[in-house]
Amino acid sequence: MDFNPTDLLHILPIIIVTVTALAILILEITIKRAEPVVFAFSLIGLIAAGVSAISLYPQSGTAFNEMVSIGGFASFFHVAFIVVTILTFLISRQYIERMGIYHSEYYAIILFSLVGMMLIASSLDLLMLFIGIELMSLSFYILAGFMRTRLTSNESALKYFLLGAFATGFLVYGIALVYGASGTTNLASIAEQIDQLFTSTLFWMGVAMLTMGFSFKIAAVPFHMWAPDVYEGAPTTVTAFMSTAGKAAAFAGFLIVVMFSFAGGTEKLQDLFAILAVASMVVGNVIAISQHNLKRMLAYSSIAHAGYMLIGFAAASELGMSGVMFYIVAYGFMNIGAFGVLSMTEYGENKNLTFDEFKGLATRKPFVAALMAIFMFSLSGIPPFAGFFGKYYIFLAAIQEGYTWLAIVGVLASVIGVYYYIRVIIYMYFYDGDVTLEAEPSYIGMTALVLAAFAVLQMGIFPSTVLRLTVGLF
Amino acid sequence: MVSLNFYLSLSAMLFTIGVVGVLTRRNAIIVFMSIELMLNSVNLTLVAFSSFLGDATGQMLVFFVITIAAAEAAIGLAIIIALFRNKQTVNIDEINLLKW
Repeated sequence: MDFNPTDLLHILPIIIVTVTALAILILEITIKRAEPVVFAFSLIGLIAAGVSAISLYPQSGTAFNEMVSIGGFASFFHVAFIVVTILTFLISRQYIERMGIYHSEYYAIILFSLVGMMLIASSLDLLMLFIGIELMSLSFYILAGFMRTRLTSNESALKYFLLGAFATGFLVYGIALVYGASGTTNLASIAEQIDQLFTSTLFWMGVAMLTMGFSFKIAAVPFHMWAPDVYEGAPTTVTAFMSTAGKAAAFAGFLIVVMFSFAGGTEKLQDLFAILAVASMVVGNVIAISQHNLKRMLAYSSIAHAGYMLIGFAAASELGMSGVMFYIVAYGFMNIGAFGVLSMTEYGENKNLTFDEFKGLATRKPFVAALMAIFMFSLSGIPPFAGFFGKYYIFLAAIQEGYTWLAIVGVLASVIGVYYYIRVIIYMYFYDGDVTLEAEPSYIGMTALVLAAFAVLQMGIFPSTVLRLTVGLF
Repeated sequence: MVSLNFYLSLSAMLFTIGVVGVLTRRNAIIVFMSIELMLNSVNLTLVAFSSFLGDATGQMLVFFVITIAAAEAAIGLAIIIALFRNKQTVNIDEINLLKW
């Protein structure tokens, strides 16, 4: 157990983000009118962290006595989380000012949850994984309730907190049982003795508990009940962050445990994922149809998207894993774009978020409507947008591994999804309406939307630019 | 010497009591206490395994679980207080603005 100073260089992105977050808290109390300074400072910190994460990508190995992994998988997700966080900050600036929650802590807490996510992606030990998940979740509980005076925000925070802590109980019980069965919390050591462990009842009980805990975090049916309420009640930009980066981080942790440590699991575990996937896709898509509030509709659609990603887990192959990673990134861009548009139209307490209020948006704000249309087409999986290739790779992996029926269910579920995504576009383009935006969209916010739309197009037209980064990471 | 199974059974029972408490109780504070009971039953499991395996990792994990439970308590109570200021209730049946 030696301390090796070069290990610090290997987790440089995490250190930079942590220092940035702590510095923001100090800036807040030392400078008057700190918000512009804090905003600029946090962006610089994030870009520095992103650059260092990119430069670490070609490396491989472990640090801190096999507690964290370096490069490859970890760096891929570090960069993805950092990019999503930057986009969140850009769309947040105007929103939090209009909503009266213009506090520097907003940025600091988002950065703390980013640290948690980065720890999840680089964890090689169940202990690290647990700490990362908790750091992320605890920050999310605060962010969901960030509008202290608004009752829906309070309620969403309470529901998220109680159910999230409940899920944590299962997760940590699962960790305890896996530890008891294997005698170690190191994921690589568990992977070495995985064949014996597959015969142990204690181990399977632990896996069941872990799967339950993770299913809560990724909002897969039947552990999804918190998601619509929390996503609707939380501030829109926070919802954007939770449903993209938060979900991506939970999936990253799940990938590490299932694919790396349990070697994809046995056929029974794959069948379990298939069942979770079918339930999530069907329930998420069908309930989303009946929603009038776009924020809530996107919450149900995010449950459905968790279902698509779980198909990759059922396939449990190299391509399935790459597909999941590609889908996570694609979903991050398109969903943050969609929520970004919502954060621009919203005013007051959840006003201007229903379908009726989106009528005729194209004539009043053609550019915003066009961007929203791109995100909606991408979410429904229509080429040439990123969502199509995400689904394509995952379904292809399922067919290759003999889960043809699962791919068929997935395609049918996406057809249901098309109904409510295209409905948004129809309301924007083919109806007349007179609801005006309270404020002109800011240039900073529009920059974020354009960047997200560009990324969606880029990943849809040249999917290999991202896909090749996901190959051969384990 | 008490065998490992007794410790595991005890903690499984405590965990179940916690789960049932979360599912049946209607006061947010009591639900939260039940969650703490779940976490502490996990601590018992970890310590038992640690002792019987002769491996310190489990006891180290317990410290982290305790720390995180403390952080969770701070945040949870803050959320409950913020809600109580606006609504004067902590009964989770009455906290029902968001549904379907």
